[in-house]
This record gives sequence, C-alpha cells and structure tokens, in this order.
Amino acid sequence: MNDMTPTREQREAVLEGMGCKRKRVEDIRFTQGKGNYVDDVKLPGMLHGDFVRSPHPHARVKKIDDSEALKVPGVLAVITAETLKTVNLAWMPTLAGDVQMVLADGKVLFQNQEVAFVVATDRYAADDGINKVVVEYEPLPPLVDPFKSMDADAPVLREDLAGKTTGAHGPRKHHNHIFEWTVGDKELTDAAFKKAEVTIKEMISYHRTHPSPLETCQCVCSFDKIKGELTIWGTFQAPHVIRTVVSLIAKLPEQKIHVIAPDIGGGFGNKVGAYPGYICAAVASIVTGKPVKWVEDRIENLTATSFARDYHMTTEIAATKEGKVTGLRVHVLADHGAFDACADPSKWPAGFFNIVTGSYDFPTAHLAVDGVYTNKAPGGVAYRCSFRVTEAAYCIERAMDILAQKLNMDPAELRLKNFIKPEQFPYHSALGWEYDSGDYHTAMRKMMETTGYAALRKEQAEKRAAFARGETREIMGLGVSFFTEIVGAGPSKNCDILGIAMFDSCEIRMHPTGAGIARMGTKSQGQGHETTWAQIIATEIGIPADNIQVEEGNTDTAPYGLGTYGSRSTPVAGAAIAMAARKIKAKAQMIAAYKLEVHEDDLEWDIDGFRVKGLPEKFMSMKDICWAAYNAVPPGMEPGLEAVSYYDPPNMTYPFGAYLCVMDIDVDTGVYKVRRFYALDDCGTRINPMIIEGQVHGGLTEAFAIAMGQEIRYDETGNVVTGSFMDFFMPTAVETPHWETDFTVTPSPHHPIGAKGVGESPNVGGVPAFSNAVNDAFSFLGATHIQMPHDYWRNWKAAKDLGAVA
Amino acid sequence: MAKTHVTMKVNGAEVEGLVEPRTLLVHFIRENLGMTGTHIGCETTHCGACTVDIDGMSVKSCTMFAVQAQGSDITTIEGMANADGTLSALQEGFRMMHGLQCGFCTPGMIMRAHRLLKENPSPGEQEIRMGISGNICRCTGYQNIVKAIQYAAAKINGVEFREAAE
Repeated sequence: MNDMTPTREQREAVLEGMGCKRKRVEDIRFTQGKGNYVDDVKLPGMLHGDFVRSPHPHARVKKIDDSEALKVPGVLAVITAETLKTVNLAWMPTLAGDVQMVLADGKVLFQNQEVAFVVATDRYAADDGINKVVVEYEPLPPLVDPFKSMDADAPVLREDLAGKTTGAHGPRKHHNHIFEWTVGDKELTDAAFKKAEVTIKEMISYHRTHPSPLETCQCVCSFDKIKGELTIWGTFQAPHVIRTVVSLIAKLPEQKIHVIAPDIGGGFGNKVGAYPGYICAAVASIVTGKPVKWVEDRIENLTATSFARDYHMTTEIAATKEGKVTGLRVHVLADHGAFDACADPSKWPAGFFNIVTGSYDFPTAHLAVDGVYTNKAPGGVAYRCSFRVTEAAYCIERAMDILAQKLNMDPAELRLKNFIKPEQFPYHSALGWEYDSGDYHTAMRKMMETTGYAALRKEQAEKRAAFARGETREIMGLGVSFFTEIVGAGPSKNCDILGIAMFDSCEIRMHPTGAGIARMGTKSQGQGHETTWAQIIATEIGIPADNIQVEEGNTDTAPYGLGTYGSRSTPVAGAAIAMAARKIKAKAQMIAAYKLEVHEDDLEWDIDGFRVKGLPEKFMSMKDICWAAYNAVPPGMEPGLEAVSYYDPPNMTYPFGAYLCVMDIDVDTGVYKVRRFYALDDCGTRINPMIIEGQVHGGLTEAFAIAMGQEIRYDETGNVVTGSFMDFFMPTAVETPHWETDFTVTPSPHHPIGAKGVGESPNVGGVPAFSNAVNDAFSFLGATHIQMPHDYWRNWKAAKDLGAVA
Repeated sequence: MAKTHVTMKVNGAEVEGLVEPRTLLVHFIRENLGMTGTHIGCETTHCGACTVDIDGMSVKSCTMFAVQAQGSDITTIEGMANADGTLSALQEGFRMMHGLQCGFCTPGMIMRAHRLLKENPSPGEQEIRMGISGNICRCTGYQNIVKAIQYAAAKINGVEFREAAE
C-alpha cells in the first residue's frame, strides 16, 4: 500500500451509504423550479375539465340543463352521470368495498359533490361553462351528526343500498350503517371490568380534518384512439394500483394503460384513492380524442377529496388501585361521509385501529367499530398515518392520562408501570398483533432525563399554587405521549388491496462502468427516495450512491408495487431494495471468484468489493465486477448484472417514541404557547438521519396543526365552513414551535436492514402530546377531557366552563 | 374574450403576450411563458407557492392580473441560479440545511427569502419566521427553512455559518 491508497473510512465515505446525512439529489431540480409536477404537463391540443358541484348537502337532482353552457366559447362537452352510464362508469368501486358516484346520479349526498364535468379549451372557459350549467335540485333533510345517523327516523342517504342487509364487511344494522367490526375477547374483557378496582370511561373524539398537501389532486389523461392506449399523468401515491383499478373499471387491457406519477407536491394520504376527477378526465379524453387536464382548486380539495379521522371513541380502561391495567374496551362511531372511501387494506374496514392497546401490556381488550353514512364528503384517508393508527394512539394516550388523573399518579409513571417489557418481544397483543421489537422503558427514561421531567413537574406545582393565590393567570401543562405505530403493510397473509397482496418491489440494473439504475414500486411525495434508496444500495453492494439513479412512478418501467403511504416504503420496498442488491452481490461474488481464480467461499466482502481471505492484495472492486459482468462471466453463466426482488414482509414493523410537550396557556384569552417540544423516535436502523429529522419536523407540525385547530367543520345544515386556508388552520413559521429531536435504535429483527419507517410517527405521537398538554394544564381546575382541536377560543371556553374565568 | 397585449421583463428578458384581462399573472407565467417553477397551491393568496419578485417586492402572482404587470420587472425561481448555472446561496442553503421535501412550496419560499434578505441582510430567527409567514410549507415544519435562510445570509455576507444548537 502507498500513501495514495484510500483508507477504509475514505472508501466508506465515498459510498454515502446507510447512516450518512447524504444531501438530497432531488433538491438540485426543486430549488431551481425544475421539478415536473402534474400541472406542469402540457400536451398539444390539451383541454381542461372542471366540475359543476352541488351547493346542497342532500338533494334530489331533478334536471341538468347544459344547453347554455355548450354555447360558451371554448366549451366542447358537458359530461353528466347519463353520459357516464353509456360506458358503465357513473359509479366506481371504492378501496373499502363500497361504491361511489362519479357524478351525481339522481341525488347529491354532500356539499360540493361532483354533478357535471365541463370540458373546454382552457381553464377559464371551463369555469365560464360551469356557471351556465343549470341544475334543478329538490333539497332533502341533511344528516350531519353521526350520533343521529342510526336513529329510526334518520333520512335515508344511500338509496342505491335499499334492501341490502349485508355490506362488504358483514351485516348492516340500519339504512345508514356501513359495517360493524369487532376484535378481541368480549367475555374476558367484560369480566375484567366486573372485577376492576378502578375504571375510567370517556368519549374521546378525533375530529374530521384533511391532509391538504400543498399541491392538490390532479391529472392529465390522454387517450390514443389509434393505439387504444390511455396515458395518465397523475398525483398518485400508488401508480400501479391506479393502473389496475382503471383497467378493471374501464375494461381497458392493462398493458394499454400507462400511469405516470411525476414529482408530487406532498401526499399525506390524500393521493392514495381514486377520485371522480380522474375518471371524468379519462372519459373526456376518450370522448373528445384530446388530452384532458383536471386540476382541483383548494376549495375542492378541502371539501370533496378525502378527509381524514372523524372517529368518536368511547373508551374504558379497567385497572388495579396500584395502576396496573387489566382491560380495555373501546367502541368507535366512525363517520365515513356519503360513501365509504377509506383507503385501507381491503380486509380492514377500520384499518389497524386494533393497535389501540398501544405500548401497554393489556391482558384483555375488546373493540367494536360501527361505520356510518352522513351527508359529508366521503373518506377517510390515512392522513400521515398507517390506517387509523393515529386515532388509536390518540385514544389510548388520552385514556392513559385520564386513568393517571383518576389514580392521582404521574402519567409517565403510569406508563412505565404498564409498558410491554423488553423481554416480552415478540409480543402478542390482546387485539391480535405481534409487535416485532421495542425497548419502551429506555426510550421513556431518556425522554424524562433529557427534558428534566421531574423539575418541570415541580415548576408546574409551583405555578398551580401561584395561580390559586391569584398571582398569575397562566397555567402550565405537560403532555406526555408514548406511542407504538404499526407500519409496513403488509404481509400477504392479512393485507391486500382489491385482492393484490401488499408486497413491494425493486429492480436493479448495473451498467458496465459501475453505475446503475434502480426502480421501485413506491412513489416519493417528498420523502427523498431518490436519495435514500441509493444509500441502501451503496452499503449493500459498495457502489457510490451518486452512481445509482433511482426512478419511481412510471408503471411501464417500474416493477409492480403498492405505492407509498402508511409508512410502508422503508419497511417493504426498503427490504426489497436490500434483497435485490443482495442478489446482485451474490452473482458478483461468483464473477469475482472466477476472475480471482478462487472458490467463492474463499472471498469475503470488504466495503466496496471482494477480497480473498488471507490474501488482502487479491481484491476485486464492485466497479470492476460490473465491467466483468459484461465481458468475462464464468462459463455457463448469463452475462449482465441485474436483479428483481418482490418482498412480502413476514410482519409489520413497530416504531415507537416518547414525546413531551410543555405548554403555557393564558386562561383569560385561551392563547397558548408551546414552550418546548421534545420528540424521541425509534425507527430501528436509520438510513439517513437528516431526512429522518426532517420527516419528524414535518409530522410534528402537522400534529400541532391538527391538535390545535385544523378541522373540517360542518354547520348543522351540512354546509362545510372550513373550505379555504382562511378557515382551515395551516400553521405558518410564526405559529409553528421549535422542535427538539432525539432517538434510540431498536432494529426490527425481521427486516433485512432492521429499518422500521418513521414518516408518520410524529403525527401519531404528536397529536396526543399536544392534547395531553392542554388537558394536563386544565386538570387541576377539574377537567377530565377537553375535546380537540384546542384553539384559543376552546381553551378560553374550557377555562370559563371550569370557573377559572368570570 | 378580447385580448390585451402585455410586455414585461422576466428574469432579464423582454417578453410579451396576448392575454384576457382576467388572466392571472401566475397563469401567464406558467402557461404563456412556459416557466412552470412558479406553483399554485391555493388561489386565495394564503399559501405563497406562487410568490415572484416584482419591481423589488414579493408578490403572490395568483392574486394579480397579467395586465397589471405591464411594464414591470419580474424575477421567478428560474432566474435565481448564479450566472454560471450553479446554485445561488439561497438555493444551496435550502439543499444543505434540508429546507425542502416535496419541493412544491420551495420556489415561492426562495423568492420570498430572496426579497427578505434584500430588506434585512442579517435577520434573526424570529425575523425570518415573520418574514416568511405568508408562505406555507406542509413538509418541513419550517425549522430547516429558517436555517437555510440563515445559511444563505451568512454566505452572502461572507461570514461563517454557525448552526444554532438544538
């Protein structure tokens, strides 16, 4: 070796592999305005489509008159349900096993429902056309309150389901009932409650909100009549699923459908499902023979494409006097709006809500979920959440605080007492999951030590005394949250979407010069896959990440995958990437053995190539192996260096974390200040700490928004009153708190690189931390549970109701 | 609808076009000029994704008609890189500090930060937060955007950038 020989550290640094804070490759184009988003797609002769929407939440559609609209210059067509019926597309299936109107068919069931689709030469002409379509409605009584949906005299919403006593998920109890889903042992749980020394019961609501990515949902559909091919550029989190769904419902051969998801401006669950705009644009392109663009505006996004949450959770915990939990009983009333358009794995009508036992060792539990229809927008999607995990975490974390209050125990102490212990993993929960790994006590204690939890409690006690003496009007709350997520849907034994198992995939092709391209079935919407996926490959096969091009989102070139949502990309596709890379490495080893004239068992891997054991000078780099793969493979071996992996995960992964929110609230104004927010996340092996931290910041900000004000609200007559960013809380840099991040590392034992997924953890754990802080602040005044969102007015109202404000 | 002839300077070049009086400036920039770096996020002046620089002011181009920009001097994100094509201090700052994720708000955010640093070359954290409060980001939680702007300010001012301790 001479001085020019790179050290091991230098060789590793060049790779920019796992664990490295690699700067993002995407940013070169994004910082220069050179991203390519759907609305940037411009095709020759392209038309624009836009919707006539219903002003009524519930009405019969008596007549649609498009004659004046068709006279508007530039307007070419007005598509209604009658048009769509000619191609059998007036209704479409939802991912949840329900059906949904594409355009109003006889009735409208929520305000801003799609009634007609106007196609014109540009977006302004389409808007002119919309204003000239005359729709005659006969208003019907609206059903807004989900708690009244199953009253005997509740209006019938879904006339299409008349006489259907069974839905996709079993028996229906009422004309507005969708499904009942039960899990757990009812008898054992009821018995635990009978014996319990202490019980708590509270109706905990998680209000309706919306993912609202900065880029709305949009598409361009282009049908080539000669070839019979349909190309769709769209804001799709799951492009392959869209291709299959379009093939099934439009009866087009799947090879003739090309789905392209270009750069996506945030998804957060909003862009998983199929929306009427996609169907209408495709039909319009087929009818006109021209490409058709559909771009939602913000009001449409907030009021029509899928909402999230709207779960009303009656929660009971049974416990001993010492604070050991003995049973959990939860009933959920789930408001799905007009159609059950949940984007959950098909067999899971309430997603993975049965993770509701959380991080605690409940000997028994029982859960029942009733889904109901109301005159609201259909949904709901998993807003930065793995299928109702956010609701479940909020439910149990709020309930544990309520129990702590009843027992007069510190909420952190109560949690430590009931955590699943490290030696219990893999842990079988009372509601049916197998938690892969965790060390909750260590994470919780690290949070308590780092934040000075004991000192904060002491300060709180002093402030409360000062408040009682009338020396201050400010109260202080500590919001403890310890969450366990369930991400990485999922194993084919229990997860599918419309019958397609929820595997994911990776194809790697190495080029002769030691570079390569890797394609996946996932689709980044800001997570930085082009950067991180290359890091996994770099570590696995010793080729610099800079030499690996990552490509996603084109169904013609990418292997079939189920897409990016529910924090599934790293747990599922991340595993597929490692497995494909290992196939490459296995073949590379055979080539190296042949070139170095040794048996392959005599080789050992050394950062970026193979070395002959005991003969350190005999080494062949992966770069050289790539070249050899194209000119000097062993006799009988096929040339080339490519691999594909389809990874069916054996289990979900279970990230967890310990969060603390310190909040001060002025009782006279309700104005709060988040003094401090600490988030410790354990997502197993960390691929890119910079990106993980960024994900945590973003997820916490969304959690802050939801907990403190972000709500889709309807008035009693069914008008949605939060239809723009004026009314729908979007935190700016001014309101958003400063975030402190921390971590522990407990690898997943079943994942090839031990990684778990993190993007949604901060939303899951953040919401209860904020809400617990507010509730903790008010608890000494007698509050047990104050419903979210905790905006200034509600805080003031809480203080007033508790007698703290005159 | 009758069209009006407009001329303006965009990123240093004289441009012209025929627009309806109601054509929004953002549509003129994106569709007539084909510069799609300027984005549309809300159409109600709340989100700031469409922010461009007009005659030395940050303007939300979804809330201005193209005809109102007659004769003005506009800079968009496409005009922000250095003359040699390398990333400018702000663009580099956003990349180095992980100040973006999906990239949709980024052009508007950079255009706003560009004007902010002209108005206040060494802003503190609270001044930055207030200065970009007309721009919404759904991904980053703003913390790294603040750092990105501090990084750029340091670079422009020729001083060493020191990341604030967590």
